Amino acid sequence: MREKHIGLGIFTFLVFVFLLGPLVIISFTSFEQGTVLRFPPESFSLDWYKNIFEVSGFLETFKVSIYLSLAGNLLALLIGIPAAYALNRFDFKGKALLEGIFVSPIIIPGIVLGFTFLRFFITYYQLPIYAGLFIGHTVIMLPFIIRVVSSSLANFDFSIEEAAVSLGASRIGTFFKVVLPNIKSGIIAGVLIAFLESFNNVDISVFMTGPGVSTLPIEMLTYVQNYFDPTIAALSVVLMIITALFMFFVERLLGLSYFTKR
Amino acid sequence: MRNYYKYLLILPGVLFLTIFMLVPIGMTIISTFFPNEAAADTSNYASLFRDSYFLEILWTTLRVSILTTIICMVIGFPTAYFIARMSAKMKALLLILTIFPLLTSPVVRSFSWMVIIGRNGLVNEALMGIGIIQEPLEILYTPTAVIIGLVHLFLPLTIITLVGVMESIESDLLTAAASLGASRFGVFTKVVLPLCVPGLVIGGILVFVGSFTAYTTPALLGGQQRVLSTLLYQNANTLNDWHMASILAAIMIVVTLIVITCMNLLANKLNPRR
Repeated sequence: MREKHIGLGIFTFLVFVFLLGPLVIISFTSFEQGTVLRFPPESFSLDWYKNIFEVSGFLETFKVSIYLSLAGNLLALLIGIPAAYALNRFDFKGKALLEGIFVSPIIIPGIVLGFTFLRFFITYYQLPIYAGLFIGHTVIMLPFIIRVVSSSLANFDFSIEEAAVSLGASRIGTFFKVVLPNIKSGIIAGVLIAFLESFNNVDISVFMTGPGVSTLPIEMLTYVQNYFDPTIAALSVVLMIITALFMFFVERLLGLSYFTKR
Repeated sequence: MRNYYKYLLILPGVLFLTIFMLVPIGMTIISTFFPNEAAADTSNYASLFRDSYFLEILWTTLRVSILTTIICMVIGFPTAYFIARMSAKMKALLLILTIFPLLTSPVVRSFSWMVIIGRNGLVNEALMGIGIIQEPLEILYTPTAVIIGLVHLFLPLTIITLVGVMESIESDLLTAAASLGASRFGVFTKVVLPLCVPGLVIGGILVFVGSFTAYTTPALLGGQQRVLSTLLYQNANTLNDWHMASILAAIMIVVTLIVITCMNLLANKLNPRR
C-alpha cells in the first residue's frame, strides 16, 4: 500500500511551505540592516539582535516569564504528581469526574480563564499581580503535568511497588525509591511541555499586567502593535531556537507518539 | 487507612482547582444573572442578542471559526494520509516539521503573517512587482487575515490528530480490501474515510473551539475587526465593563461545552468499530 502518489506529495509539500515558510521568512528578515522588514533582506547585520537587549522590557520580561514558568512548574509538580499517581494506582468513586476536573483548564477557553483570574485573584481575593500570574500559570500547567505523568505511570508495573512494600519498605520510601525513578523521564518531559505552555501564554497573562509587571509574550504583543521593525523578528528567532531545543528533548524522552496520541 | 490515603493524595489538586478555577468560573457565570445584585434577571442576555453590534461580532466569530475548521480538515486530511503512509524515518521527519510550529509562540506565528500579508508585505510587493495589481491589497486587519492566521495556528494540530487516527488503522484491512478487488479510490472512500470519521470529528472540535476562543491571532491580525475574545478583552480591560465581559465569558463557556458534548456523542455514534 505504499505506492508513490505524486499529486498528494506535491500537495503535502505546499502544506509544509505554508506551515514553515512564514517562520523561515521572519528568520531571514531579522538579519536586515534597515528599519523595514524586508524579504529577501538587502543587507546583513546582527543589529536587531543587539536591539533585543536595548529595548527596555524584553530582557526584564524574559526573566519574569522564565521565573513564572519555573515556579508554576514546581507547584504543578507538587500537586500534580500525587494526583496522577492516585488516579492511576487506585480505584475511585467519581474518578471520571476527578479526571474531568484535572483536564478542565485545557477545555475552558484561555481568555475566559484569564478574565476570571483577573476578576477574582486581583480584585476579589486581593492577591498581588505576581501571585495572580503565578497561580494562573500553575492552573494551566497542571493538566499537562498530570497527562504526561499519567501516561508514564500507565506503563509502570505497580507489582514492583507491591514487592518493595511487602519486603518491608515504607509506602513513602517506596514511592521515592521505586516509583519516582521509573517515571523520571515522563516528569522531565512534562516539565518541558508545561514550561512552553506557560512561557508562550498570552490569554492569561494579558489580563494580569500592571505597572511594571508583564511577561515576554505580552511585551512582544504590545511592541508589535506599536512598532514594526525587525527586533521582533530577531527575538522570534531566539524563541524558535529555544522551542526547537525543548522539542528535541521531549522527543528524546517520550518519542513522537506523545504528540500524535490523543 | 488506604481508603483516605488515596483521597489525601488527590485533595491538594482538587482544592487548588476548586478555589482558583471552578469557584471563579461558577461565580462569574452566576453573576451575569444578577446585574444589580437584586433578583435574577436574564434581560441582559435578551437585550444583548438584539444588539446589532454584538450580533455582527458573534456572526464574524462563528463564520471565521467554521471556515477555519473546514479549511483545516480539507487541507489536513490528505496531508495526514500522505504522512501516515510514509516510511518510519520520513514520517518522523514530517511529524517533527509539523510539531515545531505547533510549539512555537502564537505571537511569533501571527507576527510572521503580518510581515507577509501587510500593506507593504511580501504578497503585495510581489503582486505589484509583477504588475498584477496597482494598489496594495488590504488583507491584513480583515477577517480573511484572521482565518489565514488561525488555519496556520491549528493545521498542525489537525494533521497530528489525523495521523494518530490513521496509524491505528491496521494495514491488513487495507490490503484485504485491495485484494478483494477494491480500487485505490475505493479503499480510501470505503475503508479509510469511515474509520477516520471519529478522528475528523475530534480534530474538528479542537479546531472550532480553539478558533472560536483564540485571542492572540485576532488581536494581531484582525485590527479593528473584533471577535468575541477581543471584545471580551476590550470590555474587561479598556471599557471596564465587567458585567458585559462576564456575559461574553459565559457565552464562550456554554458554546464550548455544547460543541464538545455534541461532537463527542457524534464521534461515538459515527465510529464504525462499535
